[in-house]
Amino acid sequence: MGLESSLSEGYLTTKVDSLVNWARSNAAWPMPMGLACCAIEMMAFAGPRYDAARFGSEVMRFSPRQSDVMIVAGWCTYKMSHAIRRIWDQMPDPKWCIAMGACASTGGMHRCYGVVQGVDNFIPVDAYISGCPPRPDAVLHALMKIQDKIKTEHSVALDS
Amino acid sequence: MSLELSEPLQKAVDGLSESFGDKILDVYQSTDTTFVLVERESIVEVSKYLKNEHHYTYLADVFGIDRYTSEERFEVVYNLISLRDGVRLFLKVRCEEEQPEVDSVTSVWSSANWAEREVYDMFGIRFNNHPDLRRILMPEDFDYFPLRKEFPLLGIPGSIELPNSTPDTE
Repeated sequence: MGLESSLSEGYLTTKVDSLVNWARSNAAWPMPMGLACCAIEMMAFAGPRYDAARFGSEVMRFSPRQSDVMIVAGWCTYKMSHAIRRIWDQMPDPKWCIAMGACASTGGMHRCYGVVQGVDNFIPVDAYISGCPPRPDAVLHALMKIQDKIKTEHSVALDS
Repeated sequence: MSLELSEPLQKAVDGLSESFGDKILDVYQSTDTTFVLVERESIVEVSKYLKNEHHYTYLADVFGIDRYTSEERFEVVYNLISLRDGVRLFLKVRCEEEQPEVDSVTSVWSSANWAEREVYDMFGIRFNNHPDLRRILMPEDFDYFPLRKEFPLLGIPGSIELPNSTPDTE
């Protein structure tokens, strides 16, 4: 049954990197940084209909210390940017960031003095999602992109 | 001047011109609302009178306007509502570009406190005798007044600090 049946000799060989990346990529816990209407779509992404649990990302951790992926959902003011950066700095490495929607990616329609024109001005963004707001499946797509990225990383072996 | 005022508004306007005379500079209507332009120095007196004698107990909003004219550039508008009569009245005062100052009406309506702070934050109009005249939306060390016409839409680059994005290298 189960694992034993697929392992003919009762063991498998792999690289530690692959194993760790496989585990990491399927347990990317999001840090929901819901700032505006995109946060509602982010809830749908975590809910049963779109079911982020299929990708191991169903646990929204409201503590930055337990999370791996920050989803910045919504427009960010200059004042808020300091709070986001502080939370980002508290997340343990390795960590990834998704800029969800037009506002988080570029400032979107909030082309004005109070709104940061894209959160990549102060935190490194791994995946951008277009849309205003994006559909939940677009968030899933971004999550899959992050998973692809995690799978190609060196986790254990040192770069020489 | 042909005004079509409802009865409570007519009473208030008549009472104002009786009590204050030439301190009331203009009364006009636009899009079904009534505006009363008041001399700047007498705004507190007029406010007290309207609140006590005509039951305008609710100051819904205070906002500024940058008219971008060479004289009397800024305007402060007070949005008054009488809950008893169900009518709305706008009071207006104008002030100059150099040192724009208006007396605060917080002693009459305490709801003016934050509203006047917002006008100060956005236009730089100072309110005399305000209990706590600080910026309410923009950062406290911000040097500009963003709703003035000469302020660029996207702000002035570098005027608001972004967080340090490489804290490890400090």
